Amino acid sequence: MAVDRLSLEIPDRSITVLVGPSGCGKTTTLRMINRMVEPSEGTILIDGVDSRRQPVNILRRSMGYVIQNAGLFQHRTIIDNIATVPRLLGWSKDKSRARARELMERVGLDASLAKRYPYQLSGGQQQRVGVARALAADPPVLLMDEPFSAVDPVVRKGLQDELLRIQEELGKTIVFVTHDIDEAVKIGTMVAVLRTGGRLAQFAPPAELLSSPADAFVEDFLGADRGIRRLSFFSSAGLDLLTAPIVAVDATAQQIAARADAGAPYLLVTDVDGKPLGWSEPDRLTAGRIDRGRLLSHGRPFVAGQESLRAALDCAVLSPTGWAVAVDGEGRAAGVVSQQAIGDAIRGAHEDSVSPPKALR
Amino acid sequence: MNVLNFVSDFFSDSAHWQGYDGIPTRLSEHLGYTLEALAFAAAIGLPVGLITGHYGRGGNALSLIATAARALPTFGLLVLMTMLIGFGMLPVMIPLVTLAVPPILITTYEAMRSVDPSPVDAARGMGMAETRILLQVELPAALPLILGGLRSAAIQIVSTATIAAYVSLGGLGRYIIDGLYQRDYEKVVGGASLTAGMALATLAVFWAITKVAVSPGVRRSA
Ligand SMILES: Nc1ncnc2c1ncn2[C@@H]1O[C@H](COP(=O)(O)OP(=O)(O)OP(=O)(O)O)[C@@H](O)[C@H]1O
Ligand SMILES: [Mg+2]
Repeated sequence: MAVDRLSLEIPDRSITVLVGPSGCGKTTTLRMINRMVEPSEGTILIDGVDSRRQPVNILRRSMGYVIQNAGLFQHRTIIDNIATVPRLLGWSKDKSRARARELMERVGLDASLAKRYPYQLSGGQQQRVGVARALAADPPVLLMDEPFSAVDPVVRKGLQDELLRIQEELGKTIVFVTHDIDEAVKIGTMVAVLRTGGRLAQFAPPAELLSSPADAFVEDFLGADRGIRRLSFFSSAGLDLLTAPIVAVDATAQQIAARADAGAPYLLVTDVDGKPLGWSEPDRLTAGRIDRGRLLSHGRPFVAGQESLRAALDCAVLSPTGWAVAVDGEGRAAGVVSQQAIGDAIRGAHEDSVSPPKALR
Repeated sequence: MNVLNFVSDFFSDSAHWQGYDGIPTRLSEHLGYTLEALAFAAAIGLPVGLITGHYGRGGNALSLIATAARALPTFGLLVLMTMLIGFGMLPVMIPLVTLAVPPILITTYEAMRSVDPSPVDAARGMGMAETRILLQVELPAALPLILGGLRSAAIQIVSTATIAAYVSLGGLGRYIIDGLYQRDYEKVVGGASLTAGMALATLAVFWAITKVAVSPGVRRSA
């Protein structure tokens, strides 16, 4: 039996992720929702109504369906692929195409691709077409079976961000299947971890999953660095940023001297606009003759308040000085913070994290 | 005594271009037999191949029937049918259709089976009815192979339709049979080269049909 006595309540207007090892019954569960697989026992209620109460094709047209390799119709142009369900619903050709054009824009496809055929698109673009096609008739429900697993990690990240953005705008009820726990944690409002036989191991928001896995199976599935990953759910807003150890590249000797013992062993040099250039020991800086090429790299800074403690810690770990650089939305240095201070913030966050906030990206 | 001389003599003799035994008459008779036989064979082979291919059932039974049909000697069938039914169109059509059904049936079935299953799954998940999936998703993708099956059937019919002349019907076979009987080798060679020319024309026609009927999205990716 592929899926045995699974009971799951999928919340409206949010992303529910089904995750689990290969062959655990994720696809089967998903396909039971649109009746591509009929359960031998039990019922599926949609808004409280048994899904078998309406004709199967009417049910399916009310649910977008996205599969792994997009499954585009190779003989149809991109725009006609997207217009498929509106046409099935009896919309006119013009109205369907107008709607398809609108969706191409929504999923980030250039309008010039409309008249192309699927083979002329990259895998990532094809996947966007698949998503657009599923959204074309504006169904309240979207079923997605490993939609992003056939593309490379960079494109996948782009598609995930795009999905979250679209979801923010449209507020669909999405059921998303993946075997990638990172993907599940990133996009899920709720995550259902399944074990073989489609048995539910845990059903929880991602932060809760990371902080308190229900059992050894879930813990094992989350992997070794779940502690680090959990930091994605804590904001960097609470960090004490130091602004004293920052000097502009055109600073005077007095300014440099005044900041030399501001509490950090290094000074962060910025350009005249305040954008970080690099680190230096204070006594190596000579007013008016600061050589940008001899500064130590500041690594990738994090956006203060917007990014998570995970990003802040990552900056600090990668920084040659052990200090992370925080920037504002425009990329100007907002302050610096030591590994030590980030560590304190993490401990603090864990203490008052009975219900951690929604993931930050 | 050169074949090419035969050919040029045959075609330059103006007597061969008119009357009931003229080239236009014989060509159009031959074309008529071919189209009729192809239409019957397609009417049998295409629907059966499409439906069995769509549901993926009955492949073994199909290949058994097709092999059996291929094993039947066309000429023997013609003689048998004429003995049973008498002279006429029907005893000629039966062997020609029997000859043409297997390639159409088998290629159509195989073409449908070889269609990428994921668009079909997507179509079903979108709420497309099975007939629509068959006609609008699978058929367009399978079309190049299906046309290939029809093409080889058509060419076999063109060359085999010469047998109609054995049972007193017309077509290009007339020249070959009469020529042999009259020891008029010019006529034999002329008839044979017309038949070959018609087979080439058939190839050209199918090339054009493929060009028009198959979506560029399928043609390039296949
Ligand atoms: N059509 C089918 N008929 C019978 N058993 C099936 C069918 N499809 C899948 N199964 C079985 O059901 C179980 C669950 O399969 P399912 O495809 O739902 O797994 P999954 O979690 O989606 O796996 P994956 O991550 O590999 O896609 C497997 O043991 C599989 O062998
Ligand atoms: Mg699966």
